[in-house]
Amino acid sequence: MNYHWNWNVFFQTIPSGDETYLAWIIHGLGWTVSISLAAWVIALVLGSVMGTLRTVPNTGLRLIGHAWVEFFRNVPLLMQLFIWFFVVPEMLPRDWGMWVKQDMPAKEFITAFVALGLFTSARVAEQVRAGIQALPRGQRNAGLAIGFTQAQTYRYVILPMAFRIIIPPLTSEFMNAFKNSGVAYTVGVWELIFVSRQMVEETGGQVIESLIVPTVLYILCAYAANQLMAVIDRRAHVPGFIVAK
Amino acid sequence: MTKFHLLLASALLCSLGTAQAQVDGTLKKISDTKSITLGIRESSFPLSYLDANQKPIGYHIDVCMAIVEAVKTRLQNPKLEVKMQAVTSQNRIPLMVNGTIDLECGSTTNNLDRQKQVAFAPTTFVTNVRMAVKKASGITDLDHLGGKPVATTTGTTSVALMRANEKGKSIDFKEVYGKDHADSFLMLETDRAVAFVMDDNLLAGLIANSKSPSDYALVGAPLSIEPIAIMLRKDDPQFKGLVHATISDMAKTGALTKLYNKWFLAPIPPKGINLNFAMSDALKALMAKPNDNPAEMYNTKK
Repeated sequence: MNYHWNWNVFFQTIPSGDETYLAWIIHGLGWTVSISLAAWVIALVLGSVMGTLRTVPNTGLRLIGHAWVEFFRNVPLLMQLFIWFFVVPEMLPRDWGMWVKQDMPAKEFITAFVALGLFTSARVAEQVRAGIQALPRGQRNAGLAIGFTQAQTYRYVILPMAFRIIIPPLTSEFMNAFKNSGVAYTVGVWELIFVSRQMVEETGGQVIESLIVPTVLYILCAYAANQLMAVIDRRAHVPGFIVAK
Repeated sequence: MTKFHLLLASALLCSLGTAQAQVDGTLKKISDTKSITLGIRESSFPLSYLDANQKPIGYHIDVCMAIVEAVKTRLQNPKLEVKMQAVTSQNRIPLMVNGTIDLECGSTTNNLDRQKQVAFAPTTFVTNVRMAVKKASGITDLDHLGGKPVATTTGTTSVALMRANEKGKSIDFKEVYGKDHADSFLMLETDRAVAFVMDDNLLAGLIANSKSPSDYALVGAPLSIEPIAIMLRKDDPQFKGLVHATISDMAKTGALTKLYNKWFLAPIPPKGINLNFAMSDALKALMAKPNDNPAEMYNTKK
């Protein structure tokens, strides 16, 4: 293959200014990390709430949790993002809609991390539910027997154990948050994939370099997430519980 | 009779042998595989796009078919198989470099950076980067865009162009980016952006195919002038010579102008819309004097 390699491309300045492509990549990485972390906070909070609701005795609350999970889990992520970005503002009153579409600060970023956070929350919710249901029934009964309310039983008995069990699958979801954040380029956030596509165009076809560097950065981000969760797993580990290490 | 056939066959083989012996590069590849692969675009209206039956059509497809005819004559092989391969703005250069396609019949700007990787046929279309706006907005110039959201498409030259203009004129507009031209136009349609900056032929196509074409207008002075050309492999003088000779001939005999009129000044599929897109002075000059100058020679660097 007669490809013209040029790794120095990252130190070249872009045609329209005095930044280098490397500065672009760093900028892109910043947005990728911001979207992923913001989405992960939403996913963890809402996922925990909805996952817990799926296990409570009250039928109405269980139904809410169930509907939440089915909706956000069954619709493709890209479709959800487009619904938030293109459809929801059209359903608001006209003035609000125009504000969201034209004046809202960082509208692409907010839409992207909210959409990704909600999508991921459904997956987290399923794992929280699985963690709770994996506990022996006796745990809940023991909590109630010593006089705890349902809420106290969850707070002091069930959830502390359930969360410890689901740290490994949550690790995967945390890593997925980084990888899925790439969809944000479709609404115009300057994250890694956006930068990669724009670099291919502006460098006149240094495609391979423009793809390899963001790929490596994604690997590093996901691996950092993995290692962070591994540290939490070790710290939170209760000796003798579930698996002996 | 048998003797005569044999004679004919051997004569044919000989002539074929000599024809093959003379060729190298892409022509040899075409001759060896008895096929030529054209890279086509799916929605570069009206240069290269798919009709209602998903068949590639357009101005540049017609130009490429004329080149294919010239290749057939050169190789004395009228039965050459013509394959079509859809490409995108992301993969067109790698697919050309690695030999998947032999000619790219799309809407590629010829510029110096790309000339490091590929070569170009003489320019067959010149596009002006301008903006589409809603008529009701009253916007007629770049100066009116201060503080307003302006759309363009990710991965196009217009992104850099917009930023350069913003800097040069110190206008502060908010860029918004669609992932493809249809998305960017949707942003204009739904008031997410007050203007959409892009190649004027693409904008004309999007407007013509929109729900209410009369609501939109193309306004403002061109931000940039870009030569659009058919792309071929680099360092392949034989094939390049053939392509250049074919297109120069078409330009001089008026065949190219006829094709232009067919695609830009008459109703075209799929909806029978007439773009009414008169030939620019830059392209008229190229018809008289075909060349493959890069975009850098059309725009004085800011």
